[in-house]
Amino acid sequence: MFDGLSDRLGGIFDKLKKRGALSESDVESALREIRVALLEADVALPVVKDFIEGVKERALGEEVIRSVTPGQMVVSIVHEHLVEMLNGGPVETDASDVPILPTGSGLNLVGTPPVAILMVGLQGSGKTTTTGKIAARLTTRDKKKVLMASLDVYRPAAQQQLVVLGEQTNVRVLNPVMGEQPVAIAKRAMQTGRLEGFDVVLLDTAGRLHIDMELMGEVSAIRDVAKPVETLLVTDAMTGQDAVNVAREFNEKIGVTGIVLTRVDGDARGGAALSMRAVAGCPIKLMGTGENIDALDNFDAGRVAGSILGMGDVVGLVEKARDAVDEEEAGRLAKRMMKGQFSMDDMAAQLTQLRGLGDMNALMGMIPGINKAKKQMAEANVNDKMIAHQEAIIRSMTKKERKNPKLINGSRRKRIAAGSGTSVQEVNRLMKQFKQMSTMMKKMGKGGMKSMMSGMIGGGGMPPGMMPR
Amino acid sequence: MGWLDRLKTGLGRTTEKLSGGITELFRGRKLDRAALDELEELLITADMGVSTATRLTDALAKTKFDQEVSADEIRATLAGEIAAILEPVTKPLEIDTSHKPFVVLMCGVNGSGKTTTMGKMAKLYKEQGHAVMLAAGDTFRAAAIEQLQVWGERADCPVIAHDQGSDAASLAFDAMGQARDAGSDILMIDTAGRLQNKNNLMDELKKIIRVIKKQDETAPHAVLLVLDSTVGQNAHSQVEVFSDMVDVSGLIMTKLDGTAKGGVVVGLAEKFGLPVHAIGVGESVEDLRPFDAREFADSMMGLSS
Repeated sequence: MFDGLSDRLGGIFDKLKKRGALSESDVESALREIRVALLEADVALPVVKDFIEGVKERALGEEVIRSVTPGQMVVSIVHEHLVEMLNGGPVETDASDVPILPTGSGLNLVGTPPVAILMVGLQGSGKTTTTGKIAARLTTRDKKKVLMASLDVYRPAAQQQLVVLGEQTNVRVLNPVMGEQPVAIAKRAMQTGRLEGFDVVLLDTAGRLHIDMELMGEVSAIRDVAKPVETLLVTDAMTGQDAVNVAREFNEKIGVTGIVLTRVDGDARGGAALSMRAVAGCPIKLMGTGENIDALDNFDAGRVAGSILGMGDVVGLVEKARDAVDEEEAGRLAKRMMKGQFSMDDMAAQLTQLRGLGDMNALMGMIPGINKAKKQMAEANVNDKMIAHQEAIIRSMTKKERKNPKLINGSRRKRIAAGSGTSVQEVNRLMKQFKQMSTMMKKMGKGGMKSMMSGMIGGGGMPPGMMPR
Repeated sequence: MGWLDRLKTGLGRTTEKLSGGITELFRGRKLDRAALDELEELLITADMGVSTATRLTDALAKTKFDQEVSADEIRATLAGEIAAILEPVTKPLEIDTSHKPFVVLMCGVNGSGKTTTMGKMAKLYKEQGHAVMLAAGDTFRAAAIEQLQVWGERADCPVIAHDQGSDAASLAFDAMGQARDAGSDILMIDTAGRLQNKNNLMDELKKIIRVIKKQDETAPHAVLLVLDSTVGQNAHSQVEVFSDMVDVSGLIMTKLDGTAKGGVVVGLAEKFGLPVHAIGVGESVEDLRPFDAREFADSMMGLSS
């Protein structure tokens, strides 16, 4: 797979560092790398060109040239600029320089109820699933009375799909009538909405190609009937260079008020988001982050910017960690670590928590700048099974041994290996790892979090923009 | 409208932009570095990816660098290069009748068009005189089973289905038995869409295959990865991971109508060399066509053949 931008730039700037000063042509070659990285992330070419122009000015500034780590400096400038573009403007900061993230990115529901929300997009972009998710969100979070209607009379069982989603989410779905045409369904949906006092009517349309004039005409007729306050363009985060055309056509023909980015949980870099944002000129409001009905979040520019640059998904990782880690346990562990009383039991507890986070490979993918480490781990065969083996090894130790691993001599190692169904080599490896960990913990006790992070990631993997400020 | 025309209109925008762009670019101009860079950019906008685009322009530079070249020449040379890359992967799906049933497993990410493609294929095979059975293996998405049942009616094929939410592997196991009992020639098994980075879902797909093998050691005889042509460079990751996990035997590109780019096929062919069995260029059954390298390359470059 592709290497992240930080790795790419790291290479260029590492060479330069030896020479000291940066020249303009160095910056040019860095910009070329940025360009390639963006193109590989599926950002559309015209958008890439604009973007590079924007970054160039900032990257040629004094601070980069004088910086000790120009590569990281450039990455953080690019990241910032990306976030700005995705958000549609500079991120404002409060007095203490903490960025204020736009929170009002929810849906516009202002109007006389029932307000209509029109869902449009290409085939297979995730419109119906997203409609279900939005309905669930509006019902449970915003306490709205929601009606869903499927206007997809083309794809077999599309209407049935929405009915099933309605059952799953306890949201009313307009009864499908055989042979009824989309515009008529829209009328009936709005009428039902008015008569039965619904707050929101969600209109799910059939997938259509933006160049299919007949179907584009149909959806604009639907728009004229329903007069939606929101017309949401549902787009797959995996979309390629064509994203610009899709956004432009839908916006020109129908008028889009917001974008919903789906399948953000995939491993696509999601450059389409930037293209669409730039071309349609309307905000990305929501993003789909999983298959469950509640997997719909407010758009997070930082997260998407990170994945476009291949910097990993720090936010997602933190969220996962928060879900999986028992805070009390973590607190207890941290205290013991600080005191340097790190035992095998603590290591076992950590391993268990690590496993609770889920699949190792997926996890590694979320950590920024870790591509190199990932390769090394793959080579060393670090995987979920290995963690399970390590747990088994620890469990095969006596209580005494776990408290005081120094006791573990050759014959004890043999016994532990036999008891855990592993080999002495594996036990040795674990012992070594334990030793490294406790040394690191002691260091952390002295030097704080930062030195541990650099110890873990192998130095310099973390771009500055990603460090908690 | 013939399907070739449809492919041409389908690739229309790409063609228009690519070939128009090339005409624009080489109006009385030498093939110098700047022109090559611009050409590379044009190719990238067709989703070919940076490395494939670079390779194509480098090949061009080798023979024509710093010469006066006409746009037609460029187009013809590029079409030739592209066709050469695509020819080795141009292979229709052969149904080996010594297997009874010949088992076809469909897989792909969400929304790529697995169920629709499978319905179209079923109808084609049925028309060719095969006894086809379908298995509604997407037990996850709401109404996916009903969607396949509609296709079953259209193609006049029996559809084996369990309830939504049931185990897809056990459905596959049942379908294998029923297809054998019914003496079907072809059994097509649908699966739920899954993103390739979800390991648990990929494991589920592996399980389906393990279970199929319990009924017939040689099955599945074809594992088809369905790719949406509008997808950009993530297609590489999809092919890589799915191949790794379930040994994909061939690709089907869908949604090549409209402005879908399809340039990604070139990159995929170069990198993975997996056969491209068919392309989808429209909504109707006739719009699922065998893949043809020369025609594809020519229509991409706006050459008539």
